[in-house]
This record gives sequence, C-alpha cells and structure tokens, in this order.
Amino acid sequence: MTRPRAVVVGASHAGAQVVASLRQEGWEGEVVLIGDESSLPYQRPPLSKAYLAGKSSLQDLVIRKSEFYDKHDIEVVQATVTRIDRGSRSIVTSDGETWSYDGLALCTGGRARTLDLPGGGLAGVHYLRTFSDVEAIRMAASPGRHATIVGGGYIGLETAASLRALDMQVTVLEAAHRVLERVTAAEVSHFYERIHREAGVQVLTGAQVEAIEGRDRARAVILASGESVTTDLVIVGVGLVPDTELAAQAGLVVDNGVVIDDVARTSDAHIVAAGDCASHRMARYDRLVRLESVPSATEQAKSAAATLCGRERRISALPWFWSDQYDLKLQIAGLNAGYDDVVVDGDPAHGRDFSCYYFHGGRLIAADCVNRPRDFVRVKHTLSKDLHVERAELASLLAT
Amino acid sequence: MSVVTFISHDGEKHEAPLEEGESLMRIAIGNAIPGIDGDCGGEAACGTCHVIVDDQWIDEVGRSTAAEEEMLAMNPEREPCSRLSCQMTMTESCGGLVVRLPEFQM
Repeated sequence: MTRPRAVVVGASHAGAQVVASLRQEGWEGEVVLIGDESSLPYQRPPLSKAYLAGKSSLQDLVIRKSEFYDKHDIEVVQATVTRIDRGSRSIVTSDGETWSYDGLALCTGGRARTLDLPGGGLAGVHYLRTFSDVEAIRMAASPGRHATIVGGGYIGLETAASLRALDMQVTVLEAAHRVLERVTAAEVSHFYERIHREAGVQVLTGAQVEAIEGRDRARAVILASGESVTTDLVIVGVGLVPDTELAAQAGLVVDNGVVIDDVARTSDAHIVAAGDCASHRMARYDRLVRLESVPSATEQAKSAAATLCGRERRISALPWFWSDQYDLKLQIAGLNAGYDDVVVDGDPAHGRDFSCYYFHGGRLIAADCVNRPRDFVRVKHTLSKDLHVERAELASLLAT
Repeated sequence: MSVVTFISHDGEKHEAPLEEGESLMRIAIGNAIPGIDGDCGGEAACGTCHVIVDDQWIDEVGRSTAAEEEMLAMNPEREPCSRLSCQMTMTESCGGLVVRLPEFQM
C-alpha cells in the first residue's frame, strides 16, 4: 500500500510550520517540502534588521536545521513548481518532475513589488525579500557610501536603521506626505521621521521617484520635483506582490491572495494555503484580510496542517506585528484599518516610548506600542478576548 | 546524552537533546516541541516561548531579565519562575533541565 503524501509548496515560514505541524498532528504519510531557494526555510524578519546590520549569520536564520527534516522524514526539494493539476492531484516542477499529492499546501509567499520606471533595472538597484537579496546589499554596503531607499514603510525604515548602524549615508524617499502613512497614525509617522532624522537619515516625504539614472549602474534617483539624489546604491521597499499565479492557473478562488476559510482550506477541499499568499475572511473584521506577518503565517499553517490531517483547528489569533529600528521596539496589536480616533499616551514628539491606541466607533481596535511591551501585552490580551474597551475606559485599562 | 524536558500544560513530557550555546527556544523549535512558537525568532518581542522553570532549576538558570519581565509582567499565566525561553542560553550544566509550558502562549 502506498503511503499518502502531503506536498507543501514554498519553503517559507508558513511552509516550515506546515511540515512541522503535520508531524506534530500525527501525519504518517510522506511529507515533501518544495522551495525554490537553496537554503532550508529561514527567518525573514531579521533580513532587514539584525542580519543586514551584520549581527547574525545564515546559520542563525535557519528556522530548523537539516537534522530536523531527516529525523522527521521530511523530504526537502529545491525546485520551482510550475503547475497544479487538480484533476490528477499532482504538481509539476520546472525540471519536469511530477509529484502526486493527497493533500497540498500552498505557502508560496510573495515577491518584492518592482519599480516600473526608467532605470529600474540598472545594476545597483536592490530589493529586499530573500537572503540573497540581502547578501547583495551587504556586499555593496560600506561606511561612507550613500544608500537611497525608495519607500518609507517598515522594510524601508528598518533598512535605513540597519545601514546607519553600518555607518552609511542614508536617504529615504517616501511618495506620500508622511512615512508609514498606510499603516499608522500621523503621530507615529512623525515620531519615526524625527527618530531617523536624529540618527542622521535624510527623510524626504512627498518624494515621487521618476527615474533612476546611471550609465552602467545606478548613480542618481530623479524625483518628480526635478531634484536629483546622487547615490551609490538604491534599495526599493515598495511592498509585496503575493505569489498566487499557481493557484489562479489551477482555478482556485483568488482575491488579493488565495482565498481560505477558517481552517485554511482553499476552494479545493484537498488544497490548503497559509502565509503571505493567503486571503482569509476573518470573522473579527468581517472582510478578507491578507497579512504579511510571521505570527499570522504560523497560525494559519497550524490550521492548514490540522485540516490535512482531518482535524479542525480554527484560525483565531489576533494579528500582531513588530518592527525593530535602532533601540526602538515597536509592537503592534490588532489591525487599525478604519480607525476614526486615536489616543496617544506618552510624548512621541520628544520621547522614545509611547503607545498609540486606535478606536473605531468609540471602541478600541488596535495599538502601536513603542518601547512599551507592557501596554502591548495588555492590549493584545484584551483584544484577543474580544473585550470591548470604550475610549473612556482606556485610562482604567492602562492603570491595571 | 544530556536532555532537557518540556512538560505540556496537560502533563505530557517531551524531551530534546541539550545543545550548548543554543537558546532553549531554538532547541524547542528544532525538536518541534508542541506549545512553543517563538514567533519573533528570539527578540523577546512576542512572548510565545514562555516556560515555567522547575523550582529546583531556577537558581541554576536564573530568573527573568528586565527585558523578559516587560513581556511577562502582564501575562495572566505568569508564575514566579516564568522565563522567555529565547533568552535562556543553554550551558553544559543545564543537562536534565525541566520546564513546564503554560496553557496558552501569548
């Protein structure tokens, strides 16, 4: 009798968790993890933080060592999956191999959004998503050289802080009127602009990039204002595009990500999905949400593995995020989308610790906590339990 | 071979080989110990690697540091011997260490 086989596509955080959880859940069949990078699954968050700043090695980044995969009989394959054939329940790789599956997990993640403008393909223009991307940046980074970062989101700002730690000159170009505009309140944006400026970073907002110029490699970034920023290297951090092409070609329902239900199942009962590539209708928010976060990938992956094992484990954890810049630890509990009011506790205009609480219709929905882990833990517990906190009750929550 | 033992909230025991120089969280993840997530990779930022050190071992491994305390203080399952296992670097003398896991990680 042949053993059933679970195939996991994508050696990502989610993929690594699915294979580990399959064994924890007692899956006795084969487990095959297919990824297109040469390394075992590794942690991505440190890439723009400790790893870029030279404080850790690839050895430190690997989530589990090769012994783990040997011991738990998990086959790790380096290949690019090109097609899913749902009819015959198999996948095909670029080297022509076919793997049949009894259960399939899509953990394909995403790729860095590229800059579609003149000079975007020049040498010296870097993206930051994979280990090899960061290797290339580390090779080009040296004290005194000038890095220009396109995009003032978390990746861009973390990269700025890490490159300052390497004593580079750093300019951040943000097209919106403030950094982090899409994800935080103005108070938090202005706090990070101040922190970066105090650290010697040139932060330009309202800076629309029009072209990158250079003969053989990037030498200057040209702005819509006509201004030219001379530079030695350019790092682009303008978001992520989920890798959903495989799922879409196979006819699965895709809406910004591969659509999954509360147990990580896609529109095909034999296929689950987890991580940055997945769109989940979260009861908590009553809409499809695609999160780019390790905790969410882990949570969804556990449910995905349970589903493949025929058990029900619902995705329920509260979304949360973190970002390290300089000596600042930002921890974010909940999603603030749709907030209509904020309360700031602390002095973000002068200090280095504060919390920003987000409300919708008078009810607490999220918090950004800078160097305030206790506030973060309190809010995370409160929101995880779906407890209502009205604006007027915030003071008593903080006093507990 | 020296081992460390993790006891789940419902009493199940899981052993893992001691690796000197590694954090207890990394050992747990590397051996797929259920109940330890280590979401943040060891930054003391998430609180998902909370363990309660056996009374007999607390003097050997030491109590929580200030950074751990920030994350543990508001945790409802916090006990006097609570630690974040990502902040516990294993040494030769940790062979035989026993820790309990909380019911829920953060």
